[in-house]
Amino acid sequence: MDLSMKWLADYVDCDMPIKDFVSGITLSGSKVECYNEEGDYLENVVVGQVKEIVPHPNSDHMFICQLDVGEGSLVQIVTGAQNVKKDDFVPVAKHKSTVLHDGKPVKITKGKLRGEASNGMLCSLGELGLNIHDFPYAIEDGIFILGDDCDKTIGKDIREAIGFNDTVVEFEITSNRPDCMSVIGLARETAATFGKELKVAKPEFKGVDGDVNEMLKVKIHNTDLCKRYIGAIVKNVKIGPSPRWMRERLRASGVRPINNFVDITNYVMLEYGRPMHAFDLRYVEGAEINVRNAKAGEKITTLDGIERELSEDMLVIADAKKPVAVAGVMGGEYSGIMDDTTTVVFESACFDGASVATTAKKLRMRTDASSRYDKGLDPHECYEALMRACQLVEELGAGEVVKTVIDENYQSETPLNVEFSADWINNFLGTDIPEAEMVRILEKLEFTVKDGRVYAPWFRVDIGCKADIAEEVARIYGYNSIPDTIIRGVANAQRTPKQNFEKKVKAAMLSMGLNEIETFSFISPKYFDKIALPADSKLRNTVTIMNPLGEDTSVMRTTIVPSILEVVGRNYSYRNPECYVFELGNEYIPVEGEVLPNEPVRLGIGFYDTETGADFYTLKGMVEGLMNAVGAENIEYERPADDCEFDEVSAFHPGRCAVVKVDGRQIGIFGELHPKVMENYGIEARTYAAKINIPELMELSCDTKTYKPLPKFPATTRDLSVVCDEEVPAAVLEKVIRKAVGGILESVTLFDVYRGEQIEAGKKSVSYSISMRSLEGTLTDDQADKAMEKAVKELSAIGAELR
Amino acid sequence: MKEQLQNIETSAKEELSKVSDIKTLEELRVRFLGKKGELTAILKQMGKLSAEERPVIGQLANKVRGDIEAALTARRDELKSKAEEMRLKAETLDVTLPGKKQKIGRAHPLDVTLEQVEEVFLGMGFDIVEGPEVETDHYCFEALNMPKHHPARDTQDTFYINENVLLRTQTSSVQIRTMENRKPPIRIISPGRVYRSDAVDATHSPLFHQIEGLVIDKGITMADLKGTLELLMKRLYGEETQVRFRPHHFPYTEPSAEVDLMCFNCHGKGCSMCKQEGWVELLGSGMVHPKVLEECGIDPEVYSGFAFGIGLERITMGRYSINDMRLLYENDMRFLEQF
Repeated sequence: MDLSMKWLADYVDCDMPIKDFVSGITLSGSKVECYNEEGDYLENVVVGQVKEIVPHPNSDHMFICQLDVGEGSLVQIVTGAQNVKKDDFVPVAKHKSTVLHDGKPVKITKGKLRGEASNGMLCSLGELGLNIHDFPYAIEDGIFILGDDCDKTIGKDIREAIGFNDTVVEFEITSNRPDCMSVIGLARETAATFGKELKVAKPEFKGVDGDVNEMLKVKIHNTDLCKRYIGAIVKNVKIGPSPRWMRERLRASGVRPINNFVDITNYVMLEYGRPMHAFDLRYVEGAEINVRNAKAGEKITTLDGIERELSEDMLVIADAKKPVAVAGVMGGEYSGIMDDTTTVVFESACFDGASVATTAKKLRMRTDASSRYDKGLDPHECYEALMRACQLVEELGAGEVVKTVIDENYQSETPLNVEFSADWINNFLGTDIPEAEMVRILEKLEFTVKDGRVYAPWFRVDIGCKADIAEEVARIYGYNSIPDTIIRGVANAQRTPKQNFEKKVKAAMLSMGLNEIETFSFISPKYFDKIALPADSKLRNTVTIMNPLGEDTSVMRTTIVPSILEVVGRNYSYRNPECYVFELGNEYIPVEGEVLPNEPVRLGIGFYDTETGADFYTLKGMVEGLMNAVGAENIEYERPADDCEFDEVSAFHPGRCAVVKVDGRQIGIFGELHPKVMENYGIEARTYAAKINIPELMELSCDTKTYKPLPKFPATTRDLSVVCDEEVPAAVLEKVIRKAVGGILESVTLFDVYRGEQIEAGKKSVSYSISMRSLEGTLTDDQADKAMEKAVKELSAIGAELR
Repeated sequence: MKEQLQNIETSAKEELSKVSDIKTLEELRVRFLGKKGELTAILKQMGKLSAEERPVIGQLANKVRGDIEAALTARRDELKSKAEEMRLKAETLDVTLPGKKQKIGRAHPLDVTLEQVEEVFLGMGFDIVEGPEVETDHYCFEALNMPKHHPARDTQDTFYINENVLLRTQTSSVQIRTMENRKPPIRIISPGRVYRSDAVDATHSPLFHQIEGLVIDKGITMADLKGTLELLMKRLYGEETQVRFRPHHFPYTEPSAEVDLMCFNCHGKGCSMCKQEGWVELLGSGMVHPKVLEECGIDPEVYSGFAFGIGLERITMGRYSINDMRLLYENDMRFLEQF
């Protein structure tokens, strides 16, 4: 909402500095976005009179003018315009002035034009930043010759002389306050905020004799969607431009002046916040107006010249045959006011907000009218708006208003009211405002306090409970005058076990050098192909967005893996030499028979490193580190088998992928990416990824720890190298050693795997360092040797021979 | 004999002055003072001396031994410190050479900020509560006093899954779920992802994070709301931070307030960073609307409360002077490693 300060001044004293006005009104609830002075780019442009004009001796189209600009002596200016005559009053941009050129401010200085001195410039409307809608008598491509509606005082600043010096304040009005989308509404707020008097008189008009009912019939077929319809008729209309003051205010409000009748309806809408409409009675067939729902397939060409198809839920204003307007949204092209219109119908009606909102949305036309209706206007205010329009017609001498008006479907109701208790309000706000002060504030806002109740004015459609009244008091009293207190009472708060567990996982990831990332929860269904998910994978069953921004963000992810890979791939394309990332994020898994999906938390890891040669075992080290950090025990790593629960297995190198199990349960999958998948992401470095199920891991991990005494006796270490078949997993060898050595085993550490010379093809040599220790005393060589002999024997039993 | 002793001392001191390493020094010690050394050899002849001479020579011998020992020690210390000096000199490094790289993971700036906000609220007794992101219309809108066709719904362009299920546009849905499940007093914050159908640009993202807060108890006032949020702002932005409360409208609170922070750049004068306003809008808040309380089975005549919502992206971008929201979701290593 753009507010003209000149207009506001009609209704309330607002001559305080603009900065004070802006901050005061913002802090009482009408937020100012910005404000600007009209034409503030114009400098040193004044009214001048052409005293002499002669053709330029060296040009066939230029003239030399002598101008009186109030400086005693005349000023010579050369112009190329053809519409300037002696005695004309014109805008003169003097030496060292600023005007607009192609929409940008430019400096004007004196100079010579074809040998003749020119000490400035005569200006067109465009050079002032205006157009012919602002001064309909002017021409577009010529100098602006000031008309009688301008102040022709020679030497006067042009902005003042032509009324281009308003201050326009742009407000952001919240949806609960349609009443503030009007000059009077904001005047009321100004009066309450600054303690000024609101000067609004009831509009009245004289009228001419005649029976409006004989000229026009109005019937409301849907009384739910149209709560009131008032009509007035203006005869013998004289269509023409509206006066300068009206054009000026419309311009300041961002509305283009058209002609007096259109301008009046817009003026009243801006002033009262009530949309109005004007029809040419000639085009209302049958001289009847039907407020009804549109018929299926019915069409209307709206004022903007576009043909629109209507649907049955839309409310229209129709004559005997066809719709002439979409109720509360826009009029039809053929019923609008033309230059030869003689009889005008004014409509001031109350349409249902939700219905207007839906219609405007469906037709994709949000208009000044619909954006006021859709917030819900009340039926009572229609009347004053219509009266104001009729008053303006008489004031402008634009026609004769028939005295009687049509008023359909009006039902008087009790105004909205709620209990009033100063104590309750003070207890609720934490304040100590005297009751008299509250009443003063409420009355300033046109509420009435009577018998322990407070009655809202008609235009306040947002009042429904005591808290609403508290807000009215608080915002005028000043939010910043309310004290700041700390909530009483003690409360105990802590993170939930889930939150603590996730923190622990995150800390472990950070400590291992992985950077945390945030990725979108929605992905493209194509991502499933990028990770080579089988066509029948359950992960392709997604929560799908009906109205996505685009395919890329159209389904909720059922796997975190592609989100991670997108980031890894992006970093590769940025030529970052390495990328180590993790995300703790949700997956969204539809559940049969449930309204909402499951949203389990997953840990995703991804990395490549073109510098240090990180590999599968770097990744496995991270997984092991995580298991260690969260205290998970009984962990196994194995090649994914047929029972693999992770469909993402398709994304991995079949020989370099593992499933991690805790207590026999599959908790995660990790490995090197399949070359095809790397290709899909455009990554040429070997890339590694992991997915770990966090809630499941939490269930199986243990955070209660008991101290084990530090050993008192030294450990004995023996090395052991065995040769076995290539296919025997190291985990199997280790298991055998652990079992054979038994209770005195402290640790088994693999330190070498060797293939090549001296080792038969298809075999490998695996070397372990085995540490043994007893809590009872120093181990004897004999004890250690016996344990080792047993290990060798049992390894041999599975085909692993001592090297 | 006396002469012999004095000669030993003289020659010992002379030789010592020539010694340049510990090993030779040790040999000298053995030569003069050892069991088979020169001094011992002389002392072995003591028996031949007269009773008068013996104590005199004995005393002298002891003095000579002591002197030689002292000289030996002094020389040893001297040599040792010299050797150490040389070693240290030889081991001098170019300390300006780069260090060995250690990998340290970086938390995402959004999470760094979130954790800080969480700590402030945990300290004030607020639990952290989570809830579903895919949510029903009821919890996201209806229960928050936004029935279908409510004009405020327009401003929160929503992603729908079906007519009844959507991606939550705010984490207030978690507050409703909490009020249904817990009896007052309630003090919670609900951080999380929210979704609105805004195309991606420097200041918009279809997915962003909110931290909403809710307090319900007997006698909670708007002054409490102000005190709590002012404290949060001071913890996040420093003690000198100035905030102002400005009336606004939200369907689920009444009265409603927006909280502005005085622009850091111009201190309220108005500059390009704050669009000449002098203040930067930071969060929305208000007293919980009685209809919302009723909807959750809490009697508004007995209890009152306040709620607020902060955009995590906005705070984070402000703290780190990040000028483009896309950076937060692009996850470029060169960006992430700055935090």
